[in-house]
Amino acid sequence: MNVHEYQGKEILRRFGVATPRGFPCFSVAEADAAARELGGKVWVVKAQIHAGGRGKGGGVKVAKSLQEVHDFASKILGMTLITHQTGPEGRLVKRLLVEEGADIRKELYVGMVVDRGTQRVTLMASSEGGMEIEEVAAHQPEKIHKVAIDPDSGLTDSQGAEVARKIGVPDASVPQACKLMQGLYRAFVECDASLAEINPLIITGKGEVLALDAKLNFDSNALFRHSDIVAMRDLDEEDPAEVEASKFDLSYISLGGNIGCLVNGAGLAMATMDTIKLFGAEPANFLDVGGGATTQKVTEAFKLMLKNPAVKGILVNIFGGIMRCDTIAEGVIAAAKEVKLSVPLVVRMRGTNEELGKKALQESGLPIISADTMADAAKKIVAAVNEKPVQPS
Amino acid sequence: MSILIDKNTRVMTQGITGKTGAFHTRLCREYANGKECFVAGVNPSKAGENFEGIPIYGTVREAKEQTGATVSVIYVPPPFAAGAIDEAVDADLDLVICITEGVPVRDMIATRHRMRGKKTLLVGPNCPGVITPDEIKIGIMPGHIHKKGRIGVVSRSGTLTYEAVGQLMDLGLGQSTCVGIGGDPVNGLKHIDVMRLFNDDPQTDAVIMVGEIGGDDEENCARWVKAHMKKPVVGFIAGVTAPPGKRMGHAGAIISGGKGTANEKLAVMEECGIKTTRNPSEMAALLKSVL
Repeated sequence: MNVHEYQGKEILRRFGVATPRGFPCFSVAEADAAARELGGKVWVVKAQIHAGGRGKGGGVKVAKSLQEVHDFASKILGMTLITHQTGPEGRLVKRLLVEEGADIRKELYVGMVVDRGTQRVTLMASSEGGMEIEEVAAHQPEKIHKVAIDPDSGLTDSQGAEVARKIGVPDASVPQACKLMQGLYRAFVECDASLAEINPLIITGKGEVLALDAKLNFDSNALFRHSDIVAMRDLDEEDPAEVEASKFDLSYISLGGNIGCLVNGAGLAMATMDTIKLFGAEPANFLDVGGGATTQKVTEAFKLMLKNPAVKGILVNIFGGIMRCDTIAEGVIAAAKEVKLSVPLVVRMRGTNEELGKKALQESGLPIISADTMADAAKKIVAAVNEKPVQPS
Repeated sequence: MSILIDKNTRVMTQGITGKTGAFHTRLCREYANGKECFVAGVNPSKAGENFEGIPIYGTVREAKEQTGATVSVIYVPPPFAAGAIDEAVDADLDLVICITEGVPVRDMIATRHRMRGKKTLLVGPNCPGVITPDEIKIGIMPGHIHKKGRIGVVSRSGTLTYEAVGQLMDLGLGQSTCVGIGGDPVNGLKHIDVMRLFNDDPQTDAVIMVGEIGGDDEENCARWVKAHMKKPVVGFIAGVTAPPGKRMGHAGAIISGGKGTANEKLAVMEECGIKTTRNPSEMAALLKSVL
């Protein structure tokens, strides 16, 4: 789960991470009031969406007067912000963060992730603040410094100070930078984060160390112990189809192609998508119905896939284990009838009671195309959608 | 022989009275030598009772002492799963297989840290389990799709493992042991650990390894295979078409040296002498071609 920048900063402040003062605003009037409350001569008006690259897209503006705050807020609220992370359709801006301006002397980068190799939370820091860490990793990997953090000792003072010096924090500010990184680590662990990034981390003219931005992702498996973070969820920022899917315990991700697929198991679902691509078409979605592919779940899955107008055909690939193929066939038949399926449907079933399942599909009177292997299924659905036979690409 | 488990293995179920634990313990008991293998259950609030004749103990240690079980399988709900692993590790079991899906990563980081220097091996969490066909199955895989043979299977995915097994069966190839290591980022045995065991197992002639995008476990395994493996290995990596991903995947990949995509994994595997296919319907056919 993701949260907005202002929410991320709110969480980080609880752990002693210093940020500029600021207020979230949902209207221009609130932005005006926020700027007056903050005082000073410079403010920053920042669009709040769950995507990076907001500055380049025109969603972050520095205002030098209250009138400018008003003008920028009017312009940014309600705009469709397009960044490299939003896709070409962009994202409607419904929230702003109005902050006091900061006197930036230096921009740095600090992030944390879980490293699968060491099985530890790992600190990444770089002198190249403001740049995407992927860019830095690709072109100047020597500028990224990493520390795998021991769960017993946490990030120690000496580790923090060493990293701070390596990324160019001036000596006088090293203790503050160290404190900030330690706060970030505690926030990461205590809030069950899966990613935390401060980019940029700045050193001000006075030597203060501030988190100018905050990006936090949380482990969805741990949300049961963080009702405060769950309350921050902004459904407007999520794909409606994915939100709908989660209600039925379906794992769904929208993709760009035209062949819907419904599979049990994440690995088999990815393999099915790969096979569709191998035969020259693109999957419209990833959809894992999980172990208990009941009639209701399969019906909801069909409804979800068919809400996407791009879908021109559906491939169902089920490996019946504990769940029997005939049971799944009944689910597929009921679902196809309920949604009055009008696009070609290829079903490939394997495993327990395979023959009974195939027989049920055949006798259903529905125009269901049966397939024996994943490759056979992919070939048949791509052909049905293109109305011609295909060869592997 | 086989790897990790065989008909002489004695198993306790942690979470035997829950819906999933009860259902699958029943099926495991019905499979092959299961009646002799599944000897204990653990539930602190039901100690002294029994589950369809299987005695329930209050702690893992007690179950081990009373029945001689050295392996445990865990079905307890996600918030308590890491604690259940800890208990099994503290009782010095040989092997713990954690089926539970949805265990918080933070819990697993702490548990894996505690496991350093301990003898207990962990498979999972979020995995189908381990099966040595016609001897014993520990986990949620359909037993009847397997048969005894000489091919090892190691995979991060559940149903994709069954798919590989189904294809092997179509070609008349049985399996020595199939290990589902699970899809979680912080887990127990990795591809490389299972590959080592298959290499040393006289009953295994060749191995299918099934991987997924993310991390660099498959690459590490491939390099080990190149240097040490005496048996043919074939592979498939799921996720060539997976979207370039959320930022987390990228940031995680940076740490492991810019690896993690299916294409990179396939390239490393090929370089290391592992034959790969991009067509998941051809995993077993590819394996047969290298025998």
